[in-house]
This record gives sequence, C-alpha cells and structure tokens, in this order.
Amino acid sequence: MTTTEATRQTAGDGPPPAAADDRQGLRPGELGPRELGRWAWRQLTSMRTALLLLLLLALAAVPGSLIPQTAVDPFATGRWKNDHPDLTPIYESLGLFNVYSSPWFTAVYVLLMVSLVGCIVPRMAVYAKALRARPPRAPRRLGRLPHAATLRLPHGADAEEVLAAARTALRDRSFSVVRDDDDTAGATSLAAERGKLREAGNLVFHISVVVVLVAVAFGGLFGYKAGAIVPVGQVFSNQVSQFDDFIPGALFDPADLPPYSLSVDNFDVDWLFDGPAAGQPEDFRAGLTTTAEPGAEPQRRVLRVNEPIAFGSSKVYLVGHGYAPVFTVRDGNGDVAFSGPVPFLPSDATFASIGVVKVPDARPTQLGFEGGFYPTYGFTMERGPFSRFPAALDPVVSLQVYEGDLGLDDGDTQSVYVLDKDRLNEIDNPDSDAPFRVDMVVGQTKQIPGGLGSITYDGLERYVKLQMASSPGAVYALVGVSAGLLGLMLSLYIRPRRAWVRLRRGADGDELDIAVLDRTEGGDPGTELADLVSALTRATGGTRAEPGVRSEKTHPDSSRASSPSVSEEPS
Amino acid sequence: MIDHVFFGVLSNNAINAAGVVYLLAFVAFASDLAISRTRSSSVRERELVAADGATVPAAGADTSAASGDTGGSAGSAERAERAELAGRIGMALTVLATAIHLVAVVARGLANDPVRVPWGNMYEFTITASFVVSLTFLLLVRRFSLRWLGVVVTGFQLVVLMAAVVGLYLPAAPLTPALDSPWLVIHVVAAIIATGVFTLGGMFSILYLVRERAEKRGTLKPGGFLSRVPDLRTLDRLSYRMHAIGFPVWTFGALIAGPIWAQQAWTRYWGWDPKEVWAFITWVVYAAYLHARATAGWKGQAAAIVALVGLATLWFNFIGINYFFGTSIHSYAE
Repeated sequence: MTTTEATRQTAGDGPPPAAADDRQGLRPGELGPRELGRWAWRQLTSMRTALLLLLLLALAAVPGSLIPQTAVDPFATGRWKNDHPDLTPIYESLGLFNVYSSPWFTAVYVLLMVSLVGCIVPRMAVYAKALRARPPRAPRRLGRLPHAATLRLPHGADAEEVLAAARTALRDRSFSVVRDDDDTAGATSLAAERGKLREAGNLVFHISVVVVLVAVAFGGLFGYKAGAIVPVGQVFSNQVSQFDDFIPGALFDPADLPPYSLSVDNFDVDWLFDGPAAGQPEDFRAGLTTTAEPGAEPQRRVLRVNEPIAFGSSKVYLVGHGYAPVFTVRDGNGDVAFSGPVPFLPSDATFASIGVVKVPDARPTQLGFEGGFYPTYGFTMERGPFSRFPAALDPVVSLQVYEGDLGLDDGDTQSVYVLDKDRLNEIDNPDSDAPFRVDMVVGQTKQIPGGLGSITYDGLERYVKLQMASSPGAVYALVGVSAGLLGLMLSLYIRPRRAWVRLRRGADGDELDIAVLDRTEGGDPGTELADLVSALTRATGGTRAEPGVRSEKTHPDSSRASSPSVSEEPS
Repeated sequence: MIDHVFFGVLSNNAINAAGVVYLLAFVAFASDLAISRTRSSSVRERELVAADGATVPAAGADTSAASGDTGGSAGSAERAERAELAGRIGMALTVLATAIHLVAVVARGLANDPVRVPWGNMYEFTITASFVVSLTFLLLVRRFSLRWLGVVVTGFQLVVLMAAVVGLYLPAAPLTPALDSPWLVIHVVAAIIATGVFTLGGMFSILYLVRERAEKRGTLKPGGFLSRVPDLRTLDRLSYRMHAIGFPVWTFGALIAGPIWAQQAWTRYWGWDPKEVWAFITWVVYAAYLHARATAGWKGQAAAIVALVGLATLWFNFIGINYFFGTSIHSYAE
C-alpha cells in the first residue's frame, strides 16, 4: 500500500501523531515506516477489521462446500477433475480442491488470529488492573441517574445501623461494597459493583478461539487419515502401501503408524426386508482378529459403526461396506491371469455398484473389464439394469470388455476403480456392432470374442471399508471449545452493574439516596433498584420519597438525559 | 390396540389438527388487527401523536383500552373489547395448537419401531424445530408482551407445517446404523433448539427492518400491524436476546456435540463436510452479529441484516445441503 492511500484511509481515525525524528523528508500528512506499521497494527487489531475478517472467513469457507475437496472425498474430487478438464488447472492453481489448507484461507484465519491476540493481550492488562480496582465512587448527584430513589429515614435513625443495613442488602445481592466517608457530595456513601466475570468470560472465549485454532492446526499437521477396502477373509496391516487413500498431515511421519494388523473374519448386515424403510440396514458389524503388533497375542473383536477400535493413538473405524465379486480370468493362452475378489463401489442405497477388473498379466494382450454389479438384479427397458434390493438375493455382474494396454507400466499411479482407456480397445459383439457385454450369475463362465480368453464369476464376497485416523490435539480442541462456551455464556449473561447508597443528613431529617447503573444495555436495573429500596425500607423503617418532593433540587428534564453514558462492552 | 402404527397415525392426525388450530389462532390474531384498524379511524388523531414518537405501547390491549376510555365513544370502546377478546382467543388457540403439536412430536417418536427420538429425518426435524418456535414464543409472550407477534408465529407455523407435510413427509422408520448413537439426541436436540430460537430472533430482525423502512418513509399507519410492533429499540433488543440464547446452544450443538460424535462415527472431529462447513459459516456469521451488536457501532439495521444472513445460512444448511449436495455424509437426514 502506498503512503498516500494509507493517509487517506486513516483520515477517519485522525492521522497518528508523528515523532519529530521520523518526519524528515516526508511531506505533511505522509507517514514514516514506523507510523505506517503502527497504523497497520491498529487497523488490524481494530474491531471493524476483526468483524470483516470474521465475515471474510465465512465467505472463504463457502467454495469448499461447492467444489469437491481432496481431503474430504478424494474419489469425488478425481471424478470431478475428469469431468471438467478445462477448469481443473485453474481451480488447482487457486487451491480450490484444498480450500481449507490453501494459502488464502490460511491467510484469513492467521490474520484473524493475530487480530484477536492483538486485541486481547492489551485487554487482559486492562482487566487485570480493573480486577484490583475498587468500585467507583458515587457520582455527586445520584438522583440524576436513570434508576435512582430516595428513602426518607425515620427521626433518630442511627447512621451506622442504616449504613450497615445497606451494606448487607448490597452484599446479599452479590455486590462488592466499599465505604466512602466524606464523598464527592460531602456525605457518607457506599459504592458497590458486581459482574466483573463478564469481561473474564469474554477474554476466556477469545483465548479459547486461539487455543482451538492451534489445536486443530496441530492435529492437521501431525495427524493422518487413511482408508482401506478389505474383503472378508483378507488381512490388512497398517502400512502406507496397504491404504487405498492416504492423507497425511504435513509433518506426519509414516514410521509413527502403529504396526497392527487385522483380518476380517466375517461381516454381517441386517437388512430391513419390509416396512417403510425396507432396504435400509438395521445394523452391520465386522468380526475381526486383531494383532496389536507383530508377535502379539491375536484378539477377536467386533467392529461397528460408531464404535471404533483403538490401537494406541490411532483408531480403526468401520465407515462402509460393499460387494466384491470373485473372478477368475484366463488369458488367450489358457493360463489363469487373475483370480480373486474385486471390490465394487456402491453408487446408491440399493448397492448397485461399479467397478473394474484389470488383468495386466493376460497374454497376448492385457485385458480390462468395466461395469456394474447388482445384488438383486432388475431390468426394464427404460432404466436398463438396476438393483431392486441391497441384499445379495440375485447377484448379477454386467461387464464390458477391453483389450490393449492398461497403462500400468509407465509408472503413473492410477485408481483401481477407473480404467485408463487411452490405449484400450472396446471389444465388440461378433454378431453385431454393439459393444460386447458379459452378464453373469454366480458360477457362469463367458468366453471373450477373438480367443482372448474367458472370465468366470466364481462367487461373491463382502468387503468392509475401514478408515484409520489419528488426530492428536483433539483433547485440547475439546477443552478449548468447552472453555470457550463457558466464557461465551459468562460474557453474554453476566451484567456488570454498579450501585450506590448515600446517607444525606438534612435539617428536616436524614435521607438515603439509592441508585443502580448498568454498564450494558438490555438489563433491568429498575427491578434491582426496587428490590434494594424495599429491602432498605424494611431494614430502616424509612419511607420512599416521591420524586417530586425530594429535598435535593434536580432539574426535571436533566434527571434522565444527563445520565452517564451506558454502553455495552466491546469484545 | 396401541402399537407403533397407532402412534404413527396419531402423529399425522395431530400435525394436521395442530395446523388447523394454528390457522384458527391466526384468524383470531388477524381479526384483532382488523378490528383495531377500523377502530383507529375514530381515534386516529390521538394515535398519530403516539406513532410519531415511534413508541406505541407494545401491548395492543393497553392502547385500545386507554383510547376507548378517553375517546368517550361507546362504539370505539366496544370494538376495543372485541379486539382484546380476539387477541385472547388467539393466544388460547396458540396454546392449544402448541399442545397438539407436542403430541404430534412425541407420538412420532413412539411410532418408530424400536421407539426412538423423533429427529431422524428432515420431516421430524422440521416439526420439532417449529414446535420449539411456538414453545419459545409461549414462554416469552408474557415477559416481553409479545402477543402482537402471535399473527407472525401462527402464520409461520401454517406455512412450515404445510411444507413439512407436503414436501418432507416420510413414514416412521428405524434409524440408519450411523444415526444410532446417544449423540444423536444431544447433537440434534441442540441444533433443533438453536434453529427454533434463531428463527424467532430472525422474525424480530425482519420486523425491525420492515418497521424501520415504514418509519423512514412515513408509511407507519396507526392501527396497522406495524404500529402494534414495539419500537425499533425494543425489537433490536428482543432480537439480540434470542440470538444470545441461541448462539451458545448452537456452539454446543455444532462445535462440541457434533465433533464428539463425528470423532466416534467418522474418524475425525472436523472434516469440512458441506454440512459442517455451513454450520461453521452460520456460527461465524452469528458470532459476527453478537460482536457487531456488542461494539455499539453496528446496532439496528446493520446488525439485523447480519442476523438475517445468519438465519439464511442456517436454513440453507438444513434444506440446501440435503437436497443439492448429495456428497455430504450428513445427507441421510433427508
């Protein structure tokens, strides 16, 4: 920013006073570097900036909910990138696939944090001083406060007794009380105050926001999240090579992964077969045999949704499940080129799933299969094949066949759920021009045209989708946010209030002035005043003086208008 | 025999009945307004003075009684009585409708087999959140003299219940396994209460803006609905109070209970799922509202606008995310 711009923008706040030695070579109104820095700091820590940054943070969070995020759903992000080849490079350069770790998003919340710290540190000093300060002395004319009353005391009332009663009444209402003899009005008065916790709550809330941000950032840097699909009967060991997706924090060391392994022994789903929610799972659970580290005693455990299993700081969660048809593929030479379960990804609640089979070992050419799996097969001309029910009542696979180069040899990583069709040829039906499809029920074998081999649908397995994660610092985030909530409630619901009682001795009898003043808006000091008055009436036997017949002369119009300014606390 | 089906039918009938009684209450509140409006022609002069000062007493009943007496016109006094009666009937009907509404919500929970809290889908969320709006209104009506708001609350209930029945209804059914957790109760009940209270706060903010505009243009008609609405300062304060209640509840529901459950169910306490993003946005906007309100500079119109932006994000999160963002892992709340 140029200095002239800076000068123009400070005009509202008044130009900062310049130190003489900084001003050499500067035109009037121009800012030296130190002033500029001070100005920038004041701007950054100003309330308005904090507010704008807060709203900016809300705005900056929006794109991440509209564009698929790599860290949230890598599959969806990959699909989106395939569908939008033109936009992808632009979005990538803007960090729109990783909004919440992008430089601009980080910039907003780091600025917000700096602004926050710059705001709360000075206020903590102010608060520390205010905490030790005594309640402010009674103003000279209590009757001018918006909430004030006067009690006429009976003749011969003992001054000390009256003051003691007033002190008790104030203490009972949790005020802290200080006595001033010979106060501003030349009388004895009690000054009382309460509600200092409001500002404490305010500060706790703001500090806890910083604590939470730091804890979340810490968890993001040192934590990780990984997913793995494990067919029933197979063993998973907690290593990067076994993850299907892996999102490590920037400072996460894969050597820190706990060395456990587990085998999925069985997996059961209870489907609802009737009723309005037919097709919805009622419960699903996986039976595991876990080994905490190589050589440890294996344990049988049950893994459920909402009930993760912990291995040290790392946890394993059951987040999904699906079907893995078991195939055997023979190549053109008659050799078995592939055999085993292939996980298909469910695309809707009926578990109609999509998947691919890659057979890089097939000779003379590599083979690829792509298509759908339908646990309870249905077909209409309008819809094509679909699944009628998520349970495997009539499981059918329907695949299209490709031959050529799967593109696995050039070293690029590619998804196991997508066929790279750049160098693959679709195999057509020999009897027509339509693509060749194999539709199979369990046990069937289909020959591939052109003598390229055969595929057998041997059976059906289930798989579980596991998620492994560690988020260090989560406890600190929880403590921070809980403290923040407590502070927030203190700062919202505690009303700082001041009260004064003054004993005035007059020729025609003694009078007690009582006044209550709120430092925030929206409270009801009138009720407090009425309660104090009635308590003191009982205690002293005094009578409430009508406002009109007060002995102290007050201008009728000024009684309300000249009250000290009532303002809410900035935060 | 009383079984789950019985409670399902009971719940559906109770929702319809509650809708009808809200309609009757709405009609009663509206006739209070209509009677007051015709009455006002005879006492227009006096009320204009009051409206000019922008401090028409909140309770219409007081105004009508007072002006009836001093007006000296027997017809005007009688009309004032009728308006007062209509207002009372409206309140009584609102209490009745809210009670039936409660029956509908409870029966909906009992209609599920196994019995569960009735917050498993959007229909259930909507009827419960709108119940919270009515309940909060009834709890506050005496303390803050809110009878004038009755016509807004009952009108709102009519629209929302109709939308829920027509657009969102799903038969009672068990929960999906992922929702079967005690945290559902804690997380969702906090979200529901906050939604209800924020909605009520939003009503005050809308009325603030409408009344402010009318005052600026000088179109504030005596006897009309807006002259019943309290002055701007009071509206601003009412709105603030609602938000000051709703915000900690939202903080707890969205930023404490939600993340604890997410940590259990989805491996991470915060994952920037679209629903989480928008819950965060709502939180930030309401935080900005309270902040703006507390720093004195942004009272009134600016604060009201921020509050309504907050409400818009809240409802967008509830409706928009479920319908337009199939990728959200929260979207089984449909």
